[in-house]
Formats: sequence, structure tokens, C-alpha cells
Amino acid sequence: MEFNPILIVPELYQLLLILALFFQSLGAGPHRPGGDEMPPAERWLPFFAGFGVFVSIVSWGAEGLIFGGAYKLDALSQFFKVAIAAGFYVAVLNAARQPSLEERKRPDYFMFLAISAWGLMILSSAVELITIYIALEISSYSLYAVIPLRNVGPKGDPRAAEAGIKYILFGAVATAIALYGFSYILASQHTSYIAQLAKANWTWSAQPMAVVGLSLFMGGMFYKLALFPFHFWCPDVYQGASNETAGFVATLPKLGAVVVLVRLAALLKPGLEITTLLAVLGALSMTYGNLCALAQKDVKRLLGFSSVAHAGYMMVGLVSGTAEGLSAAAFYALAYVAMNLLCFWVVSRVASDGRNLQLSDLDGLYKRSPALAFALGVGAFALVGLPPTMGFMGKFFLIASAWDHGYNWLVITLVLNSAIAIYYYLSLVRHAYTHEAGEDAPVPDNSPFSVCGAGILAAVVLVFGMVPGGLLDFAMRAGKQLLP
Amino acid sequence: MEFGYPVLTSLIVFPLLAAAGLFLIKSPQVARAYTMGASILELMQGLPLLTFKFNADWQFVEKAPWVPQWGLEYHLALDGISYLMVMLTLAILPLCVMCSWTYISKRVKEFHFCLLFMTAACVGVFSALDLVLFYVFWEAMLIPMYLLIAVWGGDQRRYASLKFFLFTLAGSTLLLAAIVAFRITGGTFSVPELMQTTFSFRFQYWAFLAMALAFAIKVPMFPFHTWLPAAHVQAPSAGSVILAAVLLKMGTYGFLRFCLPLTPEASVYFAPLMIAVSIASILYGGAIALGQEDIKKLVAYSSVGHMGFVTLGIFLFNLRGVEGAIFQMLNHGIVTGALFMMIGAVYERSHSRAIADNMGLGKYLPAFMGFWGLYALASFGFPGTNGFVGEMLVFVGAFQQSYVLGALLVPGALLGAAYMFRVSLKMAWGRPGTAKGWRDLNSREWAYLLIPAVFVLYIGLAPKLFFNIIDPSVEKLLADFKTRSVAGAAVAAKPVPAAVAAVAVADAPVAEAAAPATPAEPVNN
Repeated sequence: MEFNPILIVPELYQLLLILALFFQSLGAGPHRPGGDEMPPAERWLPFFAGFGVFVSIVSWGAEGLIFGGAYKLDALSQFFKVAIAAGFYVAVLNAARQPSLEERKRPDYFMFLAISAWGLMILSSAVELITIYIALEISSYSLYAVIPLRNVGPKGDPRAAEAGIKYILFGAVATAIALYGFSYILASQHTSYIAQLAKANWTWSAQPMAVVGLSLFMGGMFYKLALFPFHFWCPDVYQGASNETAGFVATLPKLGAVVVLVRLAALLKPGLEITTLLAVLGALSMTYGNLCALAQKDVKRLLGFSSVAHAGYMMVGLVSGTAEGLSAAAFYALAYVAMNLLCFWVVSRVASDGRNLQLSDLDGLYKRSPALAFALGVGAFALVGLPPTMGFMGKFFLIASAWDHGYNWLVITLVLNSAIAIYYYLSLVRHAYTHEAGEDAPVPDNSPFSVCGAGILAAVVLVFGMVPGGLLDFAMRAGKQLLP
Repeated sequence: MEFGYPVLTSLIVFPLLAAAGLFLIKSPQVARAYTMGASILELMQGLPLLTFKFNADWQFVEKAPWVPQWGLEYHLALDGISYLMVMLTLAILPLCVMCSWTYISKRVKEFHFCLLFMTAACVGVFSALDLVLFYVFWEAMLIPMYLLIAVWGGDQRRYASLKFFLFTLAGSTLLLAAIVAFRITGGTFSVPELMQTTFSFRFQYWAFLAMALAFAIKVPMFPFHTWLPAAHVQAPSAGSVILAAVLLKMGTYGFLRFCLPLTPEASVYFAPLMIAVSIASILYGGAIALGQEDIKKLVAYSSVGHMGFVTLGIFLFNLRGVEGAIFQMLNHGIVTGALFMMIGAVYERSHSRAIADNMGLGKYLPAFMGFWGLYALASFGFPGTNGFVGEMLVFVGAFQQSYVLGALLVPGALLGAAYMFRVSLKMAWGRPGTAKGWRDLNSREWAYLLIPAVFVLYIGLAPKLFFNIIDPSVEKLLADFKTRSVAGAAVAAKPVPAAVAAVAVADAPVAEAAAPATPAEPVNN
């Protein structure tokens, strides 16, 4: 197909934002001559990021296969691009008032966030393994730089540095493994295009090398998704990075990972060894994540282990091998992002001094900030999967799509895990509503900006929980097109 | 819609809107009055329900697609069984507002928000005919109840609320799996359609277990009852009232609405187990209640016993048993709800729930004690009160099934009388502590105690209206059940006697005629 720039307007727009931020980071800032006239990045970026959501919605209908068949624009990619643009918008808004980030580092900070989101957009369209790999690296590398940017004292924060190093080391190993696996795939199946790979034979008896290769390649995605056993970075990074950065790391990269896994899931027929492997990893991940989260005292660490568990939930949709399953996984990824953006929004607003929230810091939040407490309650109950929230609907679609496709034990594991998970999500609500505030409670940000943001995110989680039909329709279209 | 508006939907949506409106109100007193007004309006919106026709059809049906991709429907309707439960829910709300008028002094708005939210969810549970819709309401109701206990509860409210939440949620997660399994196997989420579908015994076996666990925890039946006393004792009195009057009914309603029609063979197969557990609940609840020093705990354990009668009645699979179960559900809602309101009222005076601190009220609070006496009598099934009707029907059903079974119930009923007399005698004639200075009931308390009292006597003396409401649905339920359960272990009941039903049925010999003493053995294949 002819290359037509109209097709990739969202990516181009995002690139434009990156360039603007890059030039600002070169010359701008109050400490540079002439820098005073430039509005600081956090002032103008939210508007443009908001416009980016609009742009990606406009290019909703784009369809085509470009760049030598490596880059596909379809319902799935456009669905995720809107989600990524929206998530980027919220993350930018969230980070705009970051207390633990110096003024002069802000253009760079936002530039890296923008690059990461750009990489994820490319990832959602990539249908060829090398392209996937490169897009994955684009989105990862920029995050490596962002995580240590947390300044809470004259020397910076050692935990943030630790988190940065952990993220790099784990990331490097995971991508190396992915690349290694890719070599096996290429050697045995002689192609790197997913469309052709889908026609190949993926049984262990026929192609053991390819199965090993694909498993390893998916390891790279599992790392992004923080699926057991690639999850070790997750709680540490969430804890070490600033609240706002963690909010970004916890949400958008998962979308990228899910979109690739959804595409790869077209290869995974139920009953294949590799599908079973995925199911086992999913079960382990949800159980391990939930059990570990039970013992956490640090809110972000708790959310970290919770995202390990949620990565496991998403596997339930992927292994079913049906269009419904893929759309359920896509829907759940979206729900997951919405719920986590909501929780991290509240965490960032409550810790207005940039500290790491302990559960006890939430004590008596309902008095200090009723709106944020309510939003936190919505987020927590959504993460449990209680109706009427998006979390419930997502979980319900996962269960409904996976039942009777050979992995009923996985479904049972999922529902039992919901019962385990309730304890620690409930402790968020419990601290916010039933405990009285202690001495050193942080002062939550009760500005209209913070309250409105929380309110809108909570409304999104509730409304799509009550009437998920429209959103599911788009997810369904994406799923049907992969597995007709 | 023949009334110009969708009745059931408005009953669900209106409380939610009213709850949202609460946030515009500043003063606690206004919030109370506002909620009172809203609850009266809610009742008035329910007026069209009085046109209920005495047949077994689904009435007030509302149907709209919800998530068409998965065939989810927004499907509400009532039949004789759910009708009474919805009415009970609507009637309880104003009473709850009244009984917490002075009881709740902190965060009044949020409290009433929870009450209204709760009402919406409860109406939804009883009227939903789509399995997923049912589940949504079923779970949504946990959140306000959790908050009611956790925020406005007693000293151990955190422990109690957490236990409540963990127990009920753990039970209902498997319910969700069962619901999905029904859809995959039966092809639809619609309850009326699934009622016509026959499932393999193996499927029914597991589906029944998954559902029964959720419902048994909610009821609660004997080994799963431990959350109930904790939750009741710690909850504020309005919370206890809703918990006792409405929430516990959801479990037994679930058995009636889902287990019997959807998994008839498995129900028959498990009936001996369920009956055994019910009897254990009755005896255990009664025995433990006998030893309580805390009035609220006593009533809480008595609930375990009373709900045992309900589950027993259901799993007898005969007309009298199921009628009795439904009556007992209604009665327990009215009587135990009223008892909890009374405990709340006396707690406001004594600031203690211990029996020892609330003795000798007969002389100083005659009106209070009079009401207490009435409800206590109703609680253990004294003739002329509503409790008698329900208990008697279950007795008849049990004797129809087998003499041994009936005989096992007798100590249960005796225990009921024993623990209620024990606490009532002490409260009426014990050595008064500080009771001398307390004032008797005020007009607000009169109001909210008089309303249940009317129903206690009305149902007790003239239950015909209620038989008319439930009988067509129960007969249809049992007829379907018998044709669909190959086992047919259930004993055929005699046709409904007319008018004076309850009083006539009260004579135990009548039961003998129809009791071929079939043992409750499972016949499975």
C-alpha cells in the first residue's frame, strides 16, 4: 500500500510534541537568557496533549499496511492509540505539579514521557517482530531516564536511583532474552511477520525451537507487563520512582505490552504448550501478586504487586483463543489503566509534598479531602472487581470469554484471587474512612484541579462499568479482526 | 408501561438520585428530613406495585439490551416471591431513617447516602432477572453495608466490617464463575429462559455447590454464620435492621430463585445436606442465643436459628415448606428488624447492650416493654403473631416429609421460646439499674415501632392476602421443580386451602394425612 502520512497522524503529532519539548529543553528555562518568555513545559503541554487525544480520535478509522508490511493500522491499533493518547494526557496533567522535580528538568522529563508514549503508539501498530522490538526499546529507554528523576533532598533520592538501576538491568536482560528468542523464531519459522507466523505450526513436537523462541520473545512483553517471573522490578520501581512517574510507568507501558500480546495471541491456540505456559504464568502471577500485596504497607508497593496480579488476569483473556477473549483482554487492559490512573492520581494529590505514602498516611482522608477519599474508594473497589465499576465488567468479560476453552482452572484461580485481593484493596478504603488521621498526615491537594481530575477519572471508571457496551464494541471489532 | 413510568427502574434510580442530592445539603437535621422525605417518595413510587395480580406470571416487566455483545439484558420483573421482598425493602427504609434520627450524630449525610444506595441495590437484587444484573446488585450492596458497619459501628467495627466483607465476597466470587458457566452451557443469562433449560447432573452438581456457598454465607447457614454476630453487634441499629431484614433474605431468595429452578436435580441430591445444616443452624443458633449476655448478640444468634427454618422449608420441596419459608423470611424481616430498632432505642438510653444494664424496664418504660413483649412473642412463633404462621407452615412441611425431621424441629422451637423468655423476663422484671430515670418512648419511637406491630398482628391473624400473593408463584416453582427433577423425591403437597389457611393448617394432625414419610434420601443418576 502507498504510504500516506494521513494514516499516521497521531504518531506524527506526538513526534511534533517531542521535538517541541526537545527544543525547549535545549534553550528554555528561567535560568537561560531569553528563557523567561517561554512558558514552562508543564504550562502548555497539557493543552497540546489533550489535543493529541482529539487527533487520535479523528484518525480512528485509519486502515492500512505500510512500511513494507511492518506497520499495520487497524481497529486494534487505533483503539490503543486513543487509549495511549488519553493516558498520556492524564499522566501529563498528573505530573504537571510534581513537587519532587526541579523546574529546569521539566522539559526533559516531559520529553521522555512523550517519547515513551510515542514508542507505545508505534508498538500498537507494529506487526513485525523487529519493529515490535524497536518500538519496545524506544518506549523503555526513555523510561530508564525518567525513573531516577526524583529530588527530595540536596542529593536526590537514593531509592529513586536504585529503582532506575533496577529497571535498566531488568529491562536490559528482558530485552536481550527477547532478542535471543527472536533469533530462534527467525531460524525456525523463517519469517518475522506475525501474519505469516500465524499460519505456522506452533506445536512442541513439530517446532520445539520456535516454541522456545516465542516464549522467550514474549518474555520481553512480560517484563513490560510485570508478569511473574518478570515482575521483580515492579514494586521496587513504583516505590522508588516519584508518585507521578510511577503513575506513568504503571499504566501506559502495560497497554503497549497487551497490544503486542493480543496480536501474538493469534498464534496461540488453546491446548498448545505455549498457551498452557501462558496460563500457568498467569495463574502464578495473580496468586503471587495478591499474596505479596497482602503484606505491603507502602501504597505504591501495594499497587505494584497489584499490577503483577492484574497482569495475570489479562492472561485469562489471551489464552482463550477466541475473538471474545482478545477483546476482553483489550478491554481489561483499558480498565486497568483507567483504574490505576485514578489510584495514582489520588496518591499523587494526597502526597502533595512528594513523599511515599504509607497506608497510615491515608488515615482519615475522608475528613481532609472527601472527594479524593471517594475517588480512592472507587479506584480500590474497581481494582477488586466489584460492580458497578469498569473493573467488574472487565473481569466479567475475561471470565465469560475463557470459560469452557480448556482453562477453567485458570478462571477458578481468577475468582479465588479476587477474594484474596479484597483484603488489601479494602485496606485502602479502611484507612481512608475508618481511621483517624495521625500526627504527620500529608496535606492533600484540594484544589479544583485535583478534585475535578479525580472526579472525572472516577466517573470514567463508573460509567464504563455501568454501560460498557460502546467501548466493548470497539474492543470486539479489534478482536474479531485478529481472530475472525 | 401502564403507569406512565417504569416502576422498578424508578425504584432503583430514585434513591440513587436522592443520595446524590444529599451532597448539596449542609445541615445534618435537614439531611435527615430530606432522606425521610425521599423514603416516603420512594414508597409512593412503589404504589403501582399494589396492582399486583395474584398469578404466577412475571409482572412489571422491564427489558432492555444492556451489553448486547454478551447478551446481557437489563431485565427486571417481580413474581410473588420477590414481590414481598421488594415491599419489605421499601418499607424498611423510612423505619431505618427514623430509628437513626438521634442514634447517628456524626457524618449524617454519608450515613443516609449509604442507606439510600443500599435500598437501590436491594430492590435491584430482588427484581433482576438477568444473572449478571443480579450479581451486579448483589455485590454493589456490599459497599454501603461495609461502610455502615465500618464507619458508624461500635468499638470493634473494623474487625466486624472486614469479616463481613471477606466472608460475603469470598462466597460470591464462585457465584460469578457459576453465572458464567450457566451462560456458556445454557446459552443465556436470562433467568426465565434458563429455568426452561435442562443441564446435566454433573454441571448442576458444581453449579449448585458454587451458588449454594454464596447463598449459604449470606443466609448465613451454620458453619458460615460467624460473621453475622460480629456484624450485627457492631453495626449501628439501622445497619442491623437492614442486615437482618433484607440482606439475609438475599441468601434464601437466591436458593429459591436460582438453586431450585436452575439446578433441580442437584438440589434434590444435596437436600439432605442442606436440611441437616438447617437443623444444625436452628439448634446451634438457639443454644448459643440462650447463653448470651448481650441483647444484640442474642437477637443475632436467634437470626441464625430463624434463617435455619427458612432454608429448611425451602429444601423440603413441598408447598407448605416453601410457603413457610417465604413467610418466615417476611416475618423475620419484620420482627427481627423491629427488635434491632428496639435495641437501638434502649441503647440510646442505657449506652449498653448488656442484659444486666437494661433490666427492670417493665415499670419505667411500659410502652417499650409492651412492644418488646409483642416482638419477642412473634419471634418465637406465638399463635396470633406472624411468627406463628411461618414456623407452623415449616413444621407442617417437615412433618409431611418425615416424623423424625419434624421431631428434630421441636427443640428448636422450644429453644426460641426459652431464650426470648429469658431475656424478656429479665428486661421486664429484673432489678432496675439506672432505668428509673429514663423516659418512655417518644412519638418518633412510637411511630417506627407501631408500623411493624401492625404487620405482626395482621399477618398473624389474617395471612390470606399473603397466601394469595405467594401461592401461584410457589406452586409454579414447585411444579416446574418436580417435572424437572427426575428424582421427584419431593412429596406432593395438598392443594392450598382457602381463606383461613394458616389457622387451619396450624393443626398438626392435618399434616399427618399427607405425610407418607418419605425419607430425604437422594436419588441421583
